[in-house]
Amino acid sequence: MKILIKNGRVIDPSQDLDANMDLLIEHGCIAKLAENIDPNGIEDVIDADGLVVTPGLVDIHVHLRDPGQEYKEDILTGTKAAAAGGFTSVACMPNTVPVNDNKAITGYIINKARYEGSANVFPICSITKGQKGESLVEMGDLKLAGCVGFSDDGLNVECGDVLRRAMEYANAFGMPIIAHAEDEAIKSGGVMNEGRVATELGLLGNPWVAEASTIARDLMLAELTGARLHVCHISTRRSLELIRNAKERGVKVTCEVTPHHFTLTEEAVRGYNVNAKMGPPLRSADDVAAMKEGLADGTIDAIATDHAPHHIDDKNVEFNVAANGLIGLETSLPLTLRLVEEKILSINEAISCLSDKAAKALNIPRGTLKIGEPGDVAIIDPEYEWTVDVTASYSKARNTPFDDWEMKGAAMMTLRDGRITFERD
Amino acid sequence: MAMGEMFAHKHIIGTQQLSKDDIELILKTAESFKEINQREIKKVPTLRGKTIVNLFYENSTRTRTSFELAGKRMSADTINISASSSSVTKGETLEDTAKNIEAMDADVIIMRHSCSGAPDYLAQRLTTCSVINAGDGFHEHPSQALLDLMTIKEHKGKIDGLTVAIIGDIARSRVARSDLYALKTMGATVRLAGPATMIPPGLEELGAEVYTDINEAIKDVDVVMMLRIQLEREGGNKLMPTLREYAQFFALNTENMKLAKPDAIVMHPGPLNRGVEISSYVADGEQNVILEQVENGVAVRMALLYLLAGGSEEK
Repeated sequence: MKILIKNGRVIDPSQDLDANMDLLIEHGCIAKLAENIDPNGIEDVIDADGLVVTPGLVDIHVHLRDPGQEYKEDILTGTKAAAAGGFTSVACMPNTVPVNDNKAITGYIINKARYEGSANVFPICSITKGQKGESLVEMGDLKLAGCVGFSDDGLNVECGDVLRRAMEYANAFGMPIIAHAEDEAIKSGGVMNEGRVATELGLLGNPWVAEASTIARDLMLAELTGARLHVCHISTRRSLELIRNAKERGVKVTCEVTPHHFTLTEEAVRGYNVNAKMGPPLRSADDVAAMKEGLADGTIDAIATDHAPHHIDDKNVEFNVAANGLIGLETSLPLTLRLVEEKILSINEAISCLSDKAAKALNIPRGTLKIGEPGDVAIIDPEYEWTVDVTASYSKARNTPFDDWEMKGAAMMTLRDGRITFERD
Repeated sequence: MAMGEMFAHKHIIGTQQLSKDDIELILKTAESFKEINQREIKKVPTLRGKTIVNLFYENSTRTRTSFELAGKRMSADTINISASSSSVTKGETLEDTAKNIEAMDADVIIMRHSCSGAPDYLAQRLTTCSVINAGDGFHEHPSQALLDLMTIKEHKGKIDGLTVAIIGDIARSRVARSDLYALKTMGATVRLAGPATMIPPGLEELGAEVYTDINEAIKDVDVVMMLRIQLEREGGNKLMPTLREYAQFFALNTENMKLAKPDAIVMHPGPLNRGVEISSYVADGEQNVILEQVENGVAVRMALLYLLAGGSEEK
């Protein structure tokens, strides 16, 4: 079984590759990268002339809601949305029902994705049992079960000692701690960024310091313990500065930003737009500028969506009580390519944030087209113009502030292990 | 009156959306309705056949009574729904509740809700019914601001050029926001004051002058407006140490009232916490216009109902 992708511009940042060449996949793995591979005798030949061929994209922060909240999303629909966005691998957060704090659920997720899904799913398990912030999960056993890191995402680990011990313990197993950094006390019930817009709308504000102060604590704990820390969805200038400073001092930290935090400001909340309600909240224009600076100078390692599907019933309520989050898998690539258009990133850097650098942050063995690696490939048309129609999303959910946006760039075809998981009409 | 056609709004969500012309029209209309309230027979047929629903998700005596009287004095059928006596407690969504009321051909829904943005949410979803915001969370309370303006204008003959101090928990006050926008639109200078814990960011950008010293805030103003302090705020949520200390530093009393202009008026949206944000000597003193605010409230609400539901038949 051979697939040949011909005439594409192959961009693989994991091996500093950017050249017009052909890519051969054999037995589901990358077999050959060369100019003018002879198509004779190969049954599937894909013409990628004018298109960009990249490693299958990697999103290290999604919520698949499976098990337990399948009315919002499940592993099949979530991974189908991933494939449509050019992703072949996602890491899913553990706030399922029940919480993924044990190997039975971890195994369920991996197997369901492997046999029925459209993308590889790498589970992230909770740091603490039931995400209660108290006692550690069985980290060693969960590593054996296929977990790639630990996070109480959605919740901060309030107790610094619990987090410290989690870092020490996880580090000994070579596993990263993934921090959702938000001080609940300072957040003080805030439902959007603190500032003029919140004041006008009469909504309680969640100030930048709720995030940045917790990141400062987490960075110092990582420094103390020598642990690998990955900071989720940073959204403020101070957060970025703290991480930049920590990296300069040699702290083993990586971080991610979501497309919405580098695209939208708190102004998007006006009109009480529940699709612009998320945690962390959309921030000021200066914070958005900082996110772009952090991507440009490499402080930010990965772009991750925090794909958070919700049923309309969870969103179509008063702003204060509406669920946090938005879906992002199908809009991540074009929103990232806008940064290329704005000359903030080269296309190679943009792809890197969505593939090898993202994978490296969680030690996920994907995001590369090296010979012998799994045949996970995205074929992208950076010039493809389309309009977001949320009703056509592959996700079960419809919660996005980007509906009706004019986009440029999309995955035209996605392959996992050499099999087509998505093909654009 | 055929002024209904001149009013461009289907809903009254906040004073932030009202122009100078809108506010002038509302106040002029209210002035003409005030006379009706002083008659022996306080009833006109203006809104006969119209259905007005008071949908109150938060307790209210003054505002709900005021809207109810406003409707009844114009011969509308008014009914009251409060959260405790409706399907709300059974977990029905706000949208479903409102659409059911609309399906019964109500003309106006007057809503109070603890969530900022709830009236906006209704206005976006209802097709025929008008929505009047009777107070939403910390967002707006437009009819209160309009009755405040009417009262100020009656006493000062104008609003343009006046200085108004609003004192209290600004962060959690929908009255402060609605008054700020309306007063700024009409050309007044607005000072907002309170403990620093009760001052939200961005007020200067919205055109206010901000003070944390009440004496500075009151100095030489034409109007002092005190906001109700919620007594349950004491201690528990870190906004102030004690009511005693609040009264000591942020209450209006006969002493600090001397800092205002000699002819300054004292206002309060009610209900009063006597001895907390306002001393009884000031609340009952010669400069107080608090009950006039209440009286004007009915007239302003009649005007709002008239402008939304009355006017020409084609509307």
